[in-house]
Amino acid sequence: MSKPGHEILHLSNVSRHFSGLKALSDVSLSVNKGEVVGLIGPNGAGKTTLVNTICGVTPASSGVVTFDGRDITRIKTYQSARLGLSRTFQIVQPFAEFSALDNVAAAALFSQPGESLKSAREAARVHLAFVGLDAQANQSAATLTLAMRKRLELAKALAMKPKLLFLDEVNAGLNSAEVERATKLIHQLAADGITIVMIEHLMKVVLNVCTRIAVLHNGKLIADGAPRDIIKDPAVVDAYLGQQYAQRNAARG
Amino acid sequence: MTRTNIALLVLITCVAALPLFGDAYALRLGTMACMYAIFALSWNIVGGFAGYPSFATAAFFGLGAYTTGILMNKGVPLTLSLLGSLVLCLLLAAALGAVLLRLRGHYFAIASLSLVEVFRELVNNATDLTGGGMGLNIPLVSGSSVLSDATFFFYAMWGLLLITALVVIAVSMSKLGFGLNCIRQNETASNMVGLNSTLYKAIAFGLSACFVGAAGGLYAAWVHYIDPSDVFDILYSVKPIVMALMGGLGSPLGVVCGAFVYLGLEEVVWRNYIQIHSGVLGVLIILLLLFLPHGLVSLHAGKIWRGLTGRKAKHV
Repeated sequence: MSKPGHEILHLSNVSRHFSGLKALSDVSLSVNKGEVVGLIGPNGAGKTTLVNTICGVTPASSGVVTFDGRDITRIKTYQSARLGLSRTFQIVQPFAEFSALDNVAAAALFSQPGESLKSAREAARVHLAFVGLDAQANQSAATLTLAMRKRLELAKALAMKPKLLFLDEVNAGLNSAEVERATKLIHQLAADGITIVMIEHLMKVVLNVCTRIAVLHNGKLIADGAPRDIIKDPAVVDAYLGQQYAQRNAARG
Repeated sequence: MTRTNIALLVLITCVAALPLFGDAYALRLGTMACMYAIFALSWNIVGGFAGYPSFATAAFFGLGAYTTGILMNKGVPLTLSLLGSLVLCLLLAAALGAVLLRLRGHYFAIASLSLVEVFRELVNNATDLTGGGMGLNIPLVSGSSVLSDATFFFYAMWGLLLITALVVIAVSMSKLGFGLNCIRQNETASNMVGLNSTLYKAIAFGLSACFVGAAGGLYAAWVHYIDPSDVFDILYSVKPIVMALMGGLGSPLGVVCGAFVYLGLEEVVWRNYIQIHSGVLGVLIILLLLFLPHGLVSLHAGKIWRGLTGRKAKHV
């Protein structure tokens, strides 16, 4: 399925359990350079756990994760960040007392070796402008609206010069205009060649942006393939999309 | 350099003029003031910058005092002994910090508190080395007159305060200070952006211990006699926190002002209410924290001025 050499992330038989609870079981998945992979599934399916496992927040109980040809199964979070794995959080995690600028500067400063505070702040301005927060650069993160904080998360993740970017529900809690704006940003990033894995509940966005979709249910990967196939997959319809969605979709052709 | 940091250095420079005016009592008070300021500045690195409330000040104060005491009894000169205290506390605290600072909030506070007890018991039981509960006599350094002795130790403690202040200012402006600030605000996010928070916290804990250790060494040489219950007194852990809260958490200028004000309060209350001094001091501290929760640094000259003129306008 995936051409070797182009593969950037590979999970083989990754499991993670929290004492009795099996949050991920035997997940095997690979992501190629330049892909935009949508990770969907019902609440509690293990989507965020999967991202946490890859980033070293909750290391895999068994299985192997390789990134860029390197075994990162037991890596520390800060090390994965320096390797070029960056993410946004579903529940935004700003440095609340810092200005928006310093939030992004922190990401540039600590992820790039040898970066100085001054050059990190300069880099931060570019990323803030990209997500459209340049006017709020000196405002403290605590005073930003949710939509702005989501974009701040994105700017922070970009300041880390990611090779692989995880977007964990960047659109949750946003109104439709804001969603449209965020989707445009994601398109732009994909066009720039950044590999993206996004967790998303809005199917409209997933189908609009993703080149491939992986579906998690009860910690198991139940489907993985092209978007048009996935939305017709009976297992996915059963577990997540629902009959109504499938019928509506079929009616639309 | 920011304005408050310059103000801090000016304040410390002013303190240096004390021997021109004071007698031995004033010098003793001045030496204590410098020592308290070292405690408060040191505590502020880990408690104020990184947001980990440490109760370990007394542990490293006592350890530093005993290290210098033992070395001086073996004939090592004062300066080298102090250096020994400083380096030992730096390394030991960094190593312990890498373990203890994995705990957060109250758990870390209790763990750091237990360090004091552990060190005290170790010193109590290593009778051959430390004299145990009998205490330890420390050879005199200068030993000429009372006043020259007092002046010597005042300047030594003042010099240590100056070094501490310079290091703390350097930290606050550096990548390390920025990182500690990130850790205080959001440790999860700090790790996620590639900050090695364990390393940063360990360095912070080491730095917050080393000057306290050296101050302990100087204290031992100054008073010539130490025993475990004196130098491992838990009050040495609590006082810096009160000072920092009074002065303004996180601000180097604030915590030094807090240290001086605290010492002043302590002296005044002690003199006037000898029977109930701890009670009175406690009430004063609670009142200060209630009505000035962000410390003395939150008192802006401009705000006071506006407050006064505003009140005037009402009367007219």
